[in-house]
Amino acid sequence: MTTADWLHLFLYYLLLSLMSVGGAIATAPDMHRFLVSEHGWLTDLQFNNSIAIAQSAPGPNVLFVGLFGWNVGMNAAGSAPHGWLMGALGLVVCMVGVLLPSSTVTWLTIRWAQRHRERRAVRAFRLGLAPLVVGLICSTGWVLAGSSGGIMQAWPLWSLSAVTALIVWRTRIHLLWLLAAGAALGAIGLV
Amino acid sequence: MAPPATPTTTPEPAPERPANLKALFWAFTWLALQGFGGVLAVVQRELVTRRRWLSNEEFIEDWAVAQILPGPNVVNLSIMIGDRYFGLRGAATAVLGMLAIPTFLVVGLAVVYLHFSSIPQVAGALRGMGAVAAGLVMGAGLRLTGALARHPLGGPLAMAFAVVTFIAMGLLRLPLGWVLLVVGGFACTLTWFRLGLAAASTLHGEPRP
Repeated sequence: MTTADWLHLFLYYLLLSLMSVGGAIATAPDMHRFLVSEHGWLTDLQFNNSIAIAQSAPGPNVLFVGLFGWNVGMNAAGSAPHGWLMGALGLVVCMVGVLLPSSTVTWLTIRWAQRHRERRAVRAFRLGLAPLVVGLICSTGWVLAGSSGGIMQAWPLWSLSAVTALIVWRTRIHLLWLLAAGAALGAIGLV
Repeated sequence: MAPPATPTTTPEPAPERPANLKALFWAFTWLALQGFGGVLAVVQRELVTRRRWLSNEEFIEDWAVAQILPGPNVVNLSIMIGDRYFGLRGAATAVLGMLAIPTFLVVGLAVVYLHFSSIPQVAGALRGMGAVAAGLVMGAGLRLTGALARHPLGGPLAMAFAVVTFIAMGLLRLPLGWVLLVVGGFACTLTWFRLGLAAASTLHGEPRP
C-alpha cells in the first residue's frame, strides 16, 4: 500500500458514502468488486468474515467497513506491532471515508427540515413514509430470520425468532435476557 | 417553543431528555453495546420505552428520514437525536458514543475470532443469538404498529401501506429504491392531500388572523 493507494481507498469510500442509501450493507457488493476483485487488497475469506463478525458483535453493522480497513492495513504490513498500526490506519481511513459525506448530508438536511417543518410538503414527506418504515423494520427482521435457512429446514431458529418477536411486542423484559437465552439454546445445540 | 398544531400531525412531545453531553454519549454507547446483530431494535426500546426521549411517532418519523438519507441508518438517527438536544456537538457526541467503544470490541473480536470459530458451542451460541436478534427487530416493528392508528391517513390505510411494504421488501425482495419511490411516493402524496384537507377544515372551523 503506497500513499497513493491509501488516498485511492479514502476517495473510493468518500464517493460510496453518498450512494449508500439504505445503509452501508446495501453497497457491500460494490466494496467486494473494488477491494477483492479489482485491487486484491483483501481476500474473499477476510471479506466474508468481516461482515459476519460485525453482524454478530454488538454495535452498528457499519463497523464491517472498519474491519475491511483493518485487514487491508494488516495485509499490507504483515506482522504486529507494525501491522496493528497499519490496521488502525486502515480502519480510520475507511470509517471516516464511509461516514463523513453521508453524515454531513444528513446533518444539513435535518437542519433544513427542522427550519421548514411546518411546510405541508415537509410534513407530508415525513408522515407519509411512516407506514413504510414500520413495514421496512418488520421485513428487516424477516430477512435476518431467513439468513440461516428456509422455514422448513431451519424451523427451530424461525420458532425462536417468532417467540422473541412476540415477547418483545407484548412484554418489557430486557433484551439482554433474550439474547442470553438464545446463546444458551444455541450452545447446547437445541436450535 | 413549538407552536400549537393540529393533533393528528404533530406527535406528542416526549417528556424526558438527556441531561448533558456525557449522558448522551453513554446512552448511545450502552445502546450500541446491546445491539447484537444491529442496533435498531434496541434504539426503539431504550430511547422510546425506557428513557422516553422520543415518542413512538417521533421515532418513526426520524427513522423514515434516517432511512432515506445516505449513510448507515443508526448513525443518521444518532445525528438527528444528538443534534436535536445539543446541536452539532450533540450530533458528534451521539455518533462517537455509537462507534467508539464498539469499534475496539469488534477489532478485538476479529483478532481472536479464528481461534474460537471452530468450537461448535461458540458457533451454536452465535446462531442462537442471530435468531433472537431477528426476532428483536421484528418485535420492534410490531410495537410500532400501534403508532399508526393516529396517522393522518387513518389507521387502516396506514397499516395497509405497512403491509404492502413488508410484502415488497420482505417476501418479494424488491429493491429499496423502487419501493420508496412507488409505495412511498403514493403514501406521501396521499398524506399531502389529507394534510391539506385537515388544514382547510381547521381554518374553516376556527379562522386564524
